[in-house]
Amino acid sequence: MAEGKQLYNVGAILRGLSITFGFMFKKKPTIQYPSVRKQHAPRFHGLHELRRYEDGKERCIGCELCSSACPANAITVIGAENAPADRRSPGERYAARYEIDELRCIFCGMCEEACPTDAIVLTPRFEMSDFRRGSFVYAKDRLLVPPQGGTGAPPDERPGGIPADLGSVAEMKSTTDPATGYDATYYGAALKTERKGLTG
Amino acid sequence: MPAWIFVFIKSAILLFVVVTAFAYAMLAERKIMGWMQLRPGPNRVGPWGLMQPAADAAKLILKEDLAPRTADPLLYRLAPFISLLTAFSVYAVIPFGASPAGIWSIGNVNAGVLFLLAIMSLGVYGISLGGWASGSKYPLLGSVRSTAQMISYELSMGLSFAGVLLVAGTTSLDGIVHAQVGLWFFIPELVAFVIYVITAVAETNRAPFDLVEAETELVAGFHTEYSGLRFGLFFIAEYVNMLTISCIATLLFLGGWDAPFGWTALPGVAWFVVKVAAFMFFYMWLRATLPRIRYDRLMAFGWKVLLPVATLNVIVTAVVIAVRG
Ligand code: SF4
Ligand code: SF4
Repeated sequence: MAEGKQLYNVGAILRGLSITFGFMFKKKPTIQYPSVRKQHAPRFHGLHELRRYEDGKERCIGCELCSSACPANAITVIGAENAPADRRSPGERYAARYEIDELRCIFCGMCEEACPTDAIVLTPRFEMSDFRRGSFVYAKDRLLVPPQGGTGAPPDERPGGIPADLGSVAEMKSTTDPATGYDATYYGAALKTERKGLTG
Repeated sequence: MPAWIFVFIKSAILLFVVVTAFAYAMLAERKIMGWMQLRPGPNRVGPWGLMQPAADAAKLILKEDLAPRTADPLLYRLAPFISLLTAFSVYAVIPFGASPAGIWSIGNVNAGVLFLLAIMSLGVYGISLGGWASGSKYPLLGSVRSTAQMISYELSMGLSFAGVLLVAGTTSLDGIVHAQVGLWFFIPELVAFVIYVITAVAETNRAPFDLVEAETELVAGFHTEYSGLRFGLFFIAEYVNMLTISCIATLLFLGGWDAPFGWTALPGVAWFVVKVAAFMFFYMWLRATLPRIRYDRLMAFGWKVLLPVATLNVIVTAVVIAVRG
């Protein structure tokens, strides 16, 4: 009767029942995500950020090395000559357009490794959910550290993951302060008010 | 006060109680299954997830009510109501407590068990018509399975009732419970009880016998095409059937409202509820534990094992009763 063996194996069924009953009282490994946040690895690969120098100039020189290193073809860089009157970067060229499609990105960090000026880095921010696919193409307006944001996170001195008191995703915060940590995007709050028509 | 008003009031209260019990049975199932799978289960809506049923109901009501173009327009819409109606009508004869004045039951029928069997067999129409009227292939397969499964397991279930009826000497549910005072029937009729538990799971199409909606093979079986409130009605019917089956197990095998060991501190109705809840828990426990069995094995098990054993049980019971006079 190999056919219906499992059906008549009452011992196995009872053992199974005792196992599931025991599991009922075990500690659950669930992390209650939005209210409790896990401390993730210090070098977690999340959303990108384009850094600045101390004097506010952009680090990116529009060399397109990140774009060619990217295995997912997620980066589009269009470089341009710096105008002598209004120099965006210390080099000859700067990135006139810089776009990363975060839906294509596999968060491998090759762009960060390829960059000669440490301009593009991956931050531990990961809460990027949005309503439209188009919103996942991050251009310079959301990638570049805003002027008040300091220089951005140096690739080797990022704080160890996200602190527990990150607060609301949509709040604007400085990225360089390890005490307050990272937020989802700089422009989260601005975008939220804009969508709800609450501008001003 | 004319009798019908009394019946009407009792029906309304019972309907409310059963629907509430359904809602929280569903929540309990999700919680218990969650714990057994090392998850906390629903815990976001209200304290401890207690408002989850309300959220689910609101969601189902607001969903679009879709019907496939190939569906039979009338039967497709009617099927969920057939399921629900048969599921609820069973409660017309179930007594929940000792009732000299008929307080704890709507109707005290002297052939209560037969009425139960008759109505429960009608439940298959909702499922098979729903699957057939959907006009698509997976629901059809599901409904064919459900028909075959319900017919073959109903035989054994009926035979397991027969043993109890022989011992009790009555078909009235009230009488059966009274006959159990002192010795609940699951002890003398242990074989019948085991057969009843197995067939009960198969009758309500629950895991590990949920071949009718086997999602790994049939998408969602007979209710694949249903959405919104109509799906919700099937869902309610399934859980109400589970409650019914648990009530019957309590009445026929677990002594109904009879307090165990003479602990009469709790009223009879409370004992009834405790026993039904325990049986429901067993259902959920089974679902969290056992994998779905294969269809041919289900059929083979029903016809080659359960039916002979159930028949033998009836014969042995009858002989023992005849010999003892
Ligand atoms: S992390 Fe990898 S995939 Fe993403 S943009 Fe950089 S190189 Fe491309
Ligand atoms: S981010 Fe770095 S690698 Fe990419 S274009 Fe700018 S400077 Fe070159």
